[in-house]
Amino acid sequence: MSHTIDLATATTRELNSALQAASKVTPKQNWTVHNPGGGHTLAVGLDGDVDVTIDGHVGYYCAGMNQRANVTITGNAGPGVAENMMSGQVRIKGNASQYAGATAHGGLLVVEGSASSRCGISMKGVDIVVHGSIGHMSAFMAQSGRLVVCGDAGDALGDSIYEARIYVRGEVASLGADCVEQPLEQIHRDELAQLLTNAGAVGVDVGDFRRYGSARELYHFKVDNAHAY
Amino acid sequence: MPTKPGDDGNDRVDADERRSRLRESATFPRNVIAEIQRAAETGIYAIRGGGAKRSVPNFDDLLFLGASMSRYPLEGYREKCATDVTLGTRFASKPLHLKIPITIAGMSFGALSGAAKEALGRGASLAGTSTTTGDGGMTDEERGHSQLLVYQLLPSRYGMNPDDLRRADAIEVVVGQGAKPGGGGMLLGQKISERVAGMRDLPEGIDQRSACRHPDWTGPDDLKIKIQELREITNWEKPIFIKIGAARTYFDTALAVKAGADVIVLDGMQGGTAATQDVFIEHVGIPTLPALRQAVDALRELDMHRKVQLVVSGGIRSGADVAKALAMGADAVSIGAAAMIALGDNSPESEQAYNAIGSSAGYYDAWHEGRDPMGISTQDEALAARLDPVLGGRRLANYLNVLTLETQTLARANGKSHVHNLEPEDLVALTIEAAAMARVPLAGTDWIPGHSKF
Repeated sequence: MSHTIDLATATTRELNSALQAASKVTPKQNWTVHNPGGGHTLAVGLDGDVDVTIDGHVGYYCAGMNQRANVTITGNAGPGVAENMMSGQVRIKGNASQYAGATAHGGLLVVEGSASSRCGISMKGVDIVVHGSIGHMSAFMAQSGRLVVCGDAGDALGDSIYEARIYVRGEVASLGADCVEQPLEQIHRDELAQLLTNAGAVGVDVGDFRRYGSARELYHFKVDNAHAY
Repeated sequence: MPTKPGDDGNDRVDADERRSRLRESATFPRNVIAEIQRAAETGIYAIRGGGAKRSVPNFDDLLFLGASMSRYPLEGYREKCATDVTLGTRFASKPLHLKIPITIAGMSFGALSGAAKEALGRGASLAGTSTTTGDGGMTDEERGHSQLLVYQLLPSRYGMNPDDLRRADAIEVVVGQGAKPGGGGMLLGQKISERVAGMRDLPEGIDQRSACRHPDWTGPDDLKIKIQELREITNWEKPIFIKIGAARTYFDTALAVKAGADVIVLDGMQGGTAATQDVFIEHVGIPTLPALRQAVDALRELDMHRKVQLVVSGGIRSGADVAKALAMGADAVSIGAAAMIALGDNSPESEQAYNAIGSSAGYYDAWHEGRDPMGISTQDEALAARLDPVLGGRRLANYLNVLTLETQTLARANGKSHVHNLEPEDLVALTIEAAAMARVPLAGTDWIPGHSKF
């Protein structure tokens, strides 16, 4: 079933109520949202299998805490898109602002353009694939999951990172505390190829990427690391 | 008593006699010497639990006037003195209804044992009030044992998920904590058990330091949108609390109102923590007394007093503290350390067990080490088994009942039929400092320093 809702007339509350209800319905529904107008907190708290296309630009926290739903944004996304996502997929055709995928626990976030600073901050299991580049302090305190960047990464990539894995094809301006380059083994090539396929990043050579992760030097308080505290 | 020379008793007498002829430095007393030498030995700052240990102006410096010729008291037992509180009347469609004006503050599973969390839930539910999760997510057990549960949204977002948001009774956005305004939580490796690590998605046994800033918003304009998101996810049902540590409280309270809080939780510097640097606990933030007055000032100025409810914490121990906080304008108070003590923390009956880990009953603050002999601040299953959660819950409920009875006693003495009818006019201060901070007159005068001329 195909449905539309127009934010030129409907309120955010009406939109989210409708989409949250639709996410609980079988068979799966297909919704298109018109005139998002950069509005905040659109399509948040979805909790089930539903396809949502938002035709335009969105503001803060679009698709926040998403569970199982499949949300596509045809324009750009404001700060905190797909924050704390648990599962499902969020795809942004344009660029994403700060904190894309912040603290997300699962699912797949695809940014077909570039993402700003703090992409994947405190990520907890999500997979994030950015076709373009990402800004500074990305993957700060990243706990788990994978961050793939087909372009370049800004300063202090992966600062205080835990067990997340980062793959960058282009230049890394600088690495943050305790983040180091690590060898790209076959298992990494395999998971990278799978992630790129899932994200629809075609014509990208897995061998061009470098892998980064935690040196695990800051996992325990040590006098010798006092400079890093 | 030992009598032979060389016995312990005589050594003590000798030592006392020796010290009576010596003078300890006020600048370098023994605890300062010990800390300098500890720092020299280890090369790392001191970490501990609890709140500020220094002496600060507090509710003990205030007195109630009571009733006499000009005011009528209420009869105990016969005349009603109500204690109910509703939190979240501003925007939430399902506000929190409490039977008593005392809630249990946020303490995580991780910082506390499962048995301690269960005891808190049982005790609070018996008394008709709420408990609060902490940095580390919600466990099924605490949801099950707490009739009313407040779910914290913290910078770390450990275990944060929309299902738990929906099954919470209220949501508390934690901006800061009185023990460490501007600091994040700590949980050292000894307490990162397999289950705690799993809930937080961290490697087992690491020394975990939580973020101090939220990952996806900065400032009240962003927070307003963040709160809108939380409301949209939970159908505008849940009261949203904002918890702040006492710092620039007048402005912070006003900004929390602007950001859309239903309830503001204000934590003074005496408020506890499971683990933080001692220097942070003792030297950052202001006491509960002046912070409370500043928060009430801000709410009154915005015409939001009693519309946005104010919960105050940090050093609440007795019904007198509760009644004075309410008289100054709080809607409710929150207890953390006092609730742990009600469960048995620092009990003199366990002096030997405390001695065995280099501490003493009344002094124990190494909550971060996870070796709590009372089974409260630990993840060691054998230690946690020492705490009976049913008995602990009964003890907490008893304590909450005493706090409530004491609060009612003081309210009736001042002629109030509801504890919320207590007012600043019922109070005087014993010290100039407390008079200035609480803005009530020094007893026997009409002098409020900084407000009226002497």
